[in-house]
Formats: sequence, C-alpha cells, structure tokens
Amino acid sequence: MEHAKLERNGIAFALAILGVASLGGLFEIAPLFTIENTVEEVEGMRPYTPLELAGRDIYVREGCYACHSQMIRTLRSDVDRYGHFSLAAESMYDHPHQWGSKRTGPDLARVGNKYSDTWHVAHLEAPREVVEGSVMPGYPFLSETRLNTKHLSGSLAALAAAGVPYTDEQIEWAARDAERQADPEAEYEFELYDLYGENLAVRDFDGNPNEVTEMDAIVAYLQMLGTLVDFDSIDQEEIAR
Amino acid sequence: MTRIIKSYVLLAATFAILALGVSILGFGRDGAYIFHGWLIALAAGWALMWQLNKVTDPEPEIPLEYKDDVIKWGVLACFAWGVIGFTVGDILAWQLAIPSLNGDMSWSNFGRIRPIHTTAVIFGFGGNALIATSFYVVQRTSRARLASEILPWLVFGGYNLFVLLAVTGYPFGITQSKEYAEPEWYADLVLLFAWVAYLYLYMKTLARRAEPHIYVANWCYLGFIVVIAMLHVVNNLAVPVSIDVPKSYPLFAGVQDAMTQWWYGHNAVGFLLTAGFLGMMYYFLPKAAGRPIYSYRMSILGFWGITFLYLWAGSHHLHYTALPDWVQYLGMTMSIILLVPSWGSVFNGLLTLNGAWDKVRTDPAIRFMMVAMLFYGLATFEGSFLAIRPVNTLSHYTDWTVGHVHAGALGWVAFITFGAMYNMVPWVWKRDGVYSLRLEAWHFWLALGGTLIYVAAMWNSGITQSLMWQTYQPSGAFTYAFIDTVETMIPYYWMRAIGGFLYLLGALIGSYNIYMTVRGAHLPDEGADAKPLAVAAE
Repeated sequence: MEHAKLERNGIAFALAILGVASLGGLFEIAPLFTIENTVEEVEGMRPYTPLELAGRDIYVREGCYACHSQMIRTLRSDVDRYGHFSLAAESMYDHPHQWGSKRTGPDLARVGNKYSDTWHVAHLEAPREVVEGSVMPGYPFLSETRLNTKHLSGSLAALAAAGVPYTDEQIEWAARDAERQADPEAEYEFELYDLYGENLAVRDFDGNPNEVTEMDAIVAYLQMLGTLVDFDSIDQEEIAR
Repeated sequence: MTRIIKSYVLLAATFAILALGVSILGFGRDGAYIFHGWLIALAAGWALMWQLNKVTDPEPEIPLEYKDDVIKWGVLACFAWGVIGFTVGDILAWQLAIPSLNGDMSWSNFGRIRPIHTTAVIFGFGGNALIATSFYVVQRTSRARLASEILPWLVFGGYNLFVLLAVTGYPFGITQSKEYAEPEWYADLVLLFAWVAYLYLYMKTLARRAEPHIYVANWCYLGFIVVIAMLHVVNNLAVPVSIDVPKSYPLFAGVQDAMTQWWYGHNAVGFLLTAGFLGMMYYFLPKAAGRPIYSYRMSILGFWGITFLYLWAGSHHLHYTALPDWVQYLGMTMSIILLVPSWGSVFNGLLTLNGAWDKVRTDPAIRFMMVAMLFYGLATFEGSFLAIRPVNTLSHYTDWTVGHVHAGALGWVAFITFGAMYNMVPWVWKRDGVYSLRLEAWHFWLALGGTLIYVAAMWNSGITQSLMWQTYQPSGAFTYAFIDTVETMIPYYWMRAIGGFLYLLGALIGSYNIYMTVRGAHLPDEGADAKPLAVAAE
C-alpha cells in the first residue's frame, strides 16, 4: 500500500502500527510456551514452601533484584564464581522471575547453603560488620517484624491459578506450615516432608526461637536458592545449549 | 444520540474505577493500600461528579480555538515529577557512594526507593512531557481542537493518579518487581483506563483534522500510544492474591516471564522514550529552526523500521542466560539492524538544521534539541553495540548499562524535552519568549556537564568492574574477590553523584525559568494563533 494513502487514514495507520509491532512478540515470546525443550526436564524441582515463598515475597518487596541477579550465565567467569549455569527449569515456579539486570552485589542463584544462617542474619542486619566495604543497606527491621502469614493461603491459591502445582492441602495449611518450618523443635518435620518432599530445611533460621519473623522467612528462602536440582542425575544432552 | 451513549460509557468506566477505589479502602488491610483506595476513590468520585454536572448542563459553546488549558497542567506536572525524579536519583547515587545514607530503615533503603526514581522520571517527567506535547502537536498539525472537553482531563488526571499510586506505594514495599512495570494490578487498571481514553481521544482528534495527511510527528505519538497499550496489558497480566492486600503474582513464570518483561522493558525505551520523543522532535525542531524536515522518505524508513525492529530486540537483555539461544541470536541481529532506522532519524533531525545552524549558537532551546539528537545517535549506536553477544559479556550486570540508559535518558529524552518546552511554554501561555536566555544557557551547560560526567563515570566503572570479575591468576583462581570490585567502584560512585547533582541543579534553574516565564506578561490576543479554527468543534 502506498504510504501517502496510509497516512490519510488514521484507523488504518493505527492498525498497521499494531500489526507490525506485534510481530516481534508473536515470533519470540509465543513459541517459548509451545517449544518443549525451552524448559528442561530435571529432577528435584518443587514449588516453594510457604515459608520460602514468604521470604521470596520479602526479597521482592525490598527490591533485592535491583542489585542482585539470580542468573548464572554460561560464561566461564560466571560458572567459576557462582557455580553451574542456571537452568530454565530452576525458575519454572518463579512468578515473577528474579533474574535481575545488575550486579552491584554478587549473583544469588546458588547462594543456598553457602553461608551459615548466623552469617546471613548478621549480614542482613549490618552488612559492613560482616563484609567490610559492602555498600548494601542494612535490614535490621526484618528481625524485629513478626512474619504475617495470614495471606499465605491466598498466595498459594493465586500461584496455583497461575500454574504452580500446589495441592489443595498445601494451600489450606499454608500459614500453619510456614510456622512449622521455622519451628526450633522441628516437631512436624515429617509432616512437612510428606507435603513438600525431603529436600527441605526445618529449623529456626533467625536464631530467635520465640517468634517467627520476616528474618526467618528471608533466610529460609536464601538458603534454598539453587539447591533443588540434582545435578548428578542430569542428562547433559537435555541441558546442552 | 451517540453523544449520550458516549457519556454513559465514560460514566460507567469512571464508576468502575470508583468501585475499585471503594473496594480497596473497604477491604484493604494495610495502611498504604487503604490510602491508595482513598486516593482512587476520591479522584474517581470527583471525576464522576464533574461529569454528572456536565450531563445536566445545557450544551456549552465550544470555542473556536485550540484546547490548551490541559497542556499547561501537563507542563507543570512534567517539571514537578522531573525535579522529584532527579532528586531521588541523586539521593540513590549518594547512597551508593556513602552506604550509611540508606538509613537502614525499610522505607529509606536503596531497593525500595530506586523505582521512585525510575517511575518519576520515565512516567512522571517523560510521560507528562509526551501527553502535553502530543496534545499540542496533534491540534496544530491537524488544525483541529481536541475532540473532547472531558477526556483530556481524564487522561491527564488518570495518568498522574497512576504515577502517584506507583511512587507512594514503593516505600511501603508495594511492587511486583518487574522493572519499569513495578506498580501492582490496581494501579495498572487505573493506567489502562487513562490509556484507552488517550488512544480514543487521539484517534478522534486526528479524525477531525483539516489536513489531508497525518503529519509524521503524529505517527510517532500514535506508535507510542498503541504499542505502550499492548506492552502494558501483556506484561502486567497477573493473579491478585485478594482484594485485602495489594499483592499479586504475574501470570508467567521463569523464562517466559523474563522474556515478556524485557520485551516490555526494552520497548518502554523504544516507544515511550524513543518513538514518543521522536514525535516531539519532528514537530519542535523544524518549527524552532524554521526549516521543513529534511527528508520525508527518511521519516517513513525511520518510523516503520523502529516500529518493526524494536519489538524483537528485548532478548539482548538476556544474553547467555537460560533463555533459548535462538531467541538471543534473533534479538542480537535485530538490535544491530535497528541502528539503521535510528541513525536515519538522527540524520533527518540534524540535517533539518541545514540553513539554520547559526541558531544553535544563539538559541539555547535549539542547542538542547541539536545535542539531544547527538546523544540519541550515540545511545542508539551504543545500544546496538552492547547487544552484540561478546560485547555484552563485558557490559551486562555492570554500570555500563546504567551509563548507557542515562546517556539516552539524560542526553536524549530530557534534552529534547527541555528544548521543546522552552519553545512551547511561551507559545501556550502566549508570552513573549522565555524569561531569561542566560538562565536557559546555564541550564544547558549544567545539564551537558552533568550528563558527560555521569556517563564517563559509568563507562569507566562498568568496564573496570567487568574486567576485574573476569581476571584470573595463572593458577586458575580469581584475582579479585567480589568485594574488591565493589570497593574499586567508590570513586566512580562519587563522580556519578556529582554529575547527577549538576544535572539536578540545571533542572532547578530550568524550572525557575519556566515558572518566571509563566508569570510574565501576556501577549496581546491577536495574530494567527488566536482564532485559528474555521470549523466548529462538534
């Protein structure tokens, strides 16, 4: 169509813009939902427990992603520093993803079990007491804030609606299970294993046994990051890129 | 008849927003969220009463002139959000240089207030500049009054309500963490309302034009409006937890969510920060220079090239990640080709100045616009360069990206805006030029100096940090621990904060200059612009 004609018709022009502009998304995004090997099949992935999810919500709320990525690239310098490169499967339950775009601080995709709980608590409360020269803000208020678990069933239900395979039982008992995972006596450890599998830490994360705080949740989340996938059982061809 | 149907549709839409606000303030369980319910309900309630009043009024006589009152508010909102956004940005810069400035309180920490900076600048400053200038340009180039007396106010009010909801939510942790799309679902609905109204108003005004052709500036504004609508809807699809809490979870996860996010993120740059501002350039640069646009063909090439290619380029934000390689290579290729239409627009703008280059020396507003084109050329070259995979290994996750974005935002977006505003403000308020050319020149030099210092600091810090991350000892161990690379950044963080401060200072001087211009003496009501419209508005 001749351009001189097009620019005489407002509606045709707007539709032409919409048509031309939608091509990129149609060709690059839509196939990601249909091409099967976009997300690898691996052993070990499971949805977040309610406590980990609460910690993840805090991670999102505080804007940690502004300075920390959770995406180890296939580059040698990334793999040597942070561990096995990230698989698409490892963020398959991440609504939203936390891949990040900036490393003012180091990548956190595999920070789980790298440091002790005590280290995390001390570091989050006062980063420069633990790591001299750090530019990270301190989060002492997390230790002082009781974790609000009231909306956790709603959270799991919303995620289930978005496609995360939470069972009705997991949704119903989300608030209870969050408390149970941070229980210093670990009295209900096996009940939690039944619900979420055995690759799961049950303990008092923040060193304060009297109360389940936001610090419990964020440390529980940080300590499980990158620990789910069983890399020994992986089929190298499945993840080759 | 259609007029009545239209007012019912509009009333119903406004009522829906009111219902949203009332539900939030009724069911909401935390303070900031309830406050947002009140804000939405009050704004929508006011809009509803105002419209109802108009329904019962006898049909008012619509003057045979351009509708400029809402543009004036847009200009003021643009400068107000600009000063807020630049100030918060500089505070963030100082927090990185001196980390104790975070205060270690929830609401004052870097992570929570960074989106205040990005939202206030991109949507507050940039968005209001685009709404105000697009209303100005579409009327002049169509020789028609805006097609509604009500919609322009709903667009302006609804849009600014969205920005206000966004920036007041972040300190309380209300965010969905998707960069440049942080606001939660209810704020997104408010924006959707304003945006549909904007698109409708723009199309209707174009339909009334007395000119047979739609001028190129309007293509750009239309591209901005249409594509942002598409991006906003798709990227913000989410499942709210309940009406009690602001929280929602995005519909997509992991790799699909990441790709959708950067498809959105890169095209917020492409269509809000590029296409929209090219629209501004296509009207104000030729108008101020007194020369026609250099090449019509180049305008066509530039516009459709950008409209087609930009949407493919988002995946260059995800090089070497878990995104499938084919998408990464496709994104890289399109990003490189994108340089052609981008530089086409640059040359089209610069060559328009042929025959008027002397004005660059004498008129700071034209100087602003000319330098904006240079920065646009620089930033688009840099963008295509950084999209190349091996180059990206050096730049990604570092300050180089931050420097690149600011070369575009400070050097291109804000410079073209200031240039356009120094022209448009005297025209809209009918003043005899800007209050002070001297202050305008001060603004220019402070802004240019600040930008150069900022960008130079970030280039150096980005490349330095990246090289340090990749330096090995012969034994195969890393030479530098991560914290070593952080400490090396500190002098650059200081430099950036100082550059940002100069920029802020310039913007304050600019705001004062605009304020004094508005306060100045009114020109006598005569000349071509006073009663220009031949046909009565419907």
